[in-house]
Amino acid sequence: MSSYHSAARLDEARRVAIFGGTHGNEMSGVMLVNLWVQNNTEVQRKGVEVQPFITNPKAVEKCTRYVDTDLNRAFTPENLSTLGGGDLPYEVRRAQEINRMFGPKGSPEAYDVIFDLHNTTSNMGCTLLLESSKDHFNLQMMNYIQKSIFPASCLVLLNEHPLLKYSTSRSVAKHPVGLEVGPQPQGVLRSNIFESMRDILKHALDFIELFNAGMEFPPCTVEVFRLSERIDYPRDDNGNIIAMVHPNLQDCDWEPLNPGDPMFQTFDGKTIHYQGSGTVYPTFINEAAYYEKQQAFATTRRESLVASAIRKA
Amino acid sequence: MKLHESQGGTHPQGQIGFSRVAICGGTHGNELSGVYLVREMQKAERKAKERGNDMEVITVLSNPRAVQRGLRYIDTDLNRCFTHAMLSGSNTNDAPYEIIRSRELNALLGPKGSRDAVDLVCDLHNTTANMGLCLISYSDSDWLCLHVFRHLQRQMPDVPTRFIHFNATNKESYSLDSVGKHGFALEAGPQPHGVMRSNIYTTMKMGVEHVLDWVCLFNSGFVFEGGSVDVYTVVRNIDYPRDRDTHNITAAVHPQLQDRDFCLLYPEDPLFLTLSGETLRYKGKEPLYPFFINECAYYEKGIAVSLARKRRVAIPAIRVQTEQEQQAKKDECTSEEEEE
Repeated sequence: MSSYHSAARLDEARRVAIFGGTHGNEMSGVMLVNLWVQNNTEVQRKGVEVQPFITNPKAVEKCTRYVDTDLNRAFTPENLSTLGGGDLPYEVRRAQEINRMFGPKGSPEAYDVIFDLHNTTSNMGCTLLLESSKDHFNLQMMNYIQKSIFPASCLVLLNEHPLLKYSTSRSVAKHPVGLEVGPQPQGVLRSNIFESMRDILKHALDFIELFNAGMEFPPCTVEVFRLSERIDYPRDDNGNIIAMVHPNLQDCDWEPLNPGDPMFQTFDGKTIHYQGSGTVYPTFINEAAYYEKQQAFATTRRESLVASAIRKA
Repeated sequence: MKLHESQGGTHPQGQIGFSRVAICGGTHGNELSGVYLVREMQKAERKAKERGNDMEVITVLSNPRAVQRGLRYIDTDLNRCFTHAMLSGSNTNDAPYEIIRSRELNALLGPKGSRDAVDLVCDLHNTTANMGLCLISYSDSDWLCLHVFRHLQRQMPDVPTRFIHFNATNKESYSLDSVGKHGFALEAGPQPHGVMRSNIYTTMKMGVEHVLDWVCLFNSGFVFEGGSVDVYTVVRNIDYPRDRDTHNITAAVHPQLQDRDFCLLYPEDPLFLTLSGETLRYKGKEPLYPFFINECAYYEKGIAVSLARKRRVAIPAIRVQTEQEQQAKKDECTSEEEEE
């Protein structure tokens, strides 16, 4: 009760979307959204409009990540405002359409929350993707999810890096939330991965319902992993990969990587060591889709963020 | 091929030596172990030739366009394009890329069924299924392949290694490995497509090295004793339950079956878990061995899991034909022709 006057008053989250198939071969989101488009009983909550939506239907149909260009990088201001109609890449046209339906990005009319469902070939478990360290609503939601699924765990990856940040489909909303669950090969549906994602969304929607009903959430501390650096594979002069993620690093997402630890293994068995200045927490280790983006893994640093108390305005 | 002795080795069968062996990678462009292994072998071509004057190792990147784009295939699955019907016929302007390519590969490594074909085709693949290392063949009586398999098992005791037999008596062989006089696929998993796991690459690399070592040993006159090996013969496939209208899958492989390749599946064991939480069970009467459990590329082929029977197969002792035997055989053929 002592926090009553210091709680941040936020607008209720009335309009919520659940995006699946932003990458057409990440099957958990495709299956969940298709299920909920047919029958939305499971995602209905009092005081909330929840819209499940397939963002990249052509890619889903072909079971491929994208058709012309990565939809989850396409929501740049330039793309959203450019003219060109039918000449534009499919995903750019799609981004504009999604921005019209769920945005416009940055405006008061934009959706309150968008959950964007993804899978990764990396052993990241359940990860929540946060785009701003100042989004107290999202921080409180993530804290709620973590407490609800305990002892199962769900880590928070914060990408606020000025150079590494990118324009996601969920960024159209006021509160963008990414869900990344792995490991799962592209094009494959694993039952345990599917059920984990489903469970997280259940708790996320519960949080929104509680918030909209007037519940106050007291201040809390959320541990996040802040994205620091992108590390590419060693390559030769022609750009061909000449080493693989080292067996000691493979599948060790979120475990500390210390200077001197094995990082890559060349094709003839030599070890290449991590040369950073301090301990980092690697993630997205050996993600299939990142070979073409020149990323073998990303490094993060641990940080504690304090979320202020929040309450519906 | 007549069997003289099933065990022992007192009369090892004489087999013709292997002068040309093909190692093929990237038959599916997103199965990366083979892609990178072939590339590395091509870089180290010198070393391959040092193995011996008797044997030529040909390394092939089977589907370069699919490799470049990181896809399984461009127009159609290359590894289904090697039937005699598909290999003959002329290339039209709108022929699928893989048909044109299969004919090129047939010219390079075949022609299939002729005496000019390479002696052995070893085609490298990956699977998303938890299958360890598998040697996949159309025959359960090609003694050379079975001996190679036993050699792999013995040389790599830490890697689960199995022999899968696709019984193709009613259907013609359609895969790349059928182009050679002998052939098999080497399948390593689990690995997501488009990903290279170092442990899987190492397994594949060691596997290929042991295959080539065996061939050299064989060519040098070594007598391989007889024995027996376990062979998994494919019996049938089970598809996912699907929506009648959209044909989309309506269930996932059950968590109790997922990753349990080669663990015996009994009647009434869980097979699938529907999106609404219902368990669908195996209704067959016979316990069978499942494999290719949840292989990504098989969704479109209508296969959630393949089922096999396991049996022990006796293999005879073998060794390479001596020059005397080769000459005797030639004389035999010549005299037969004269009689006609």
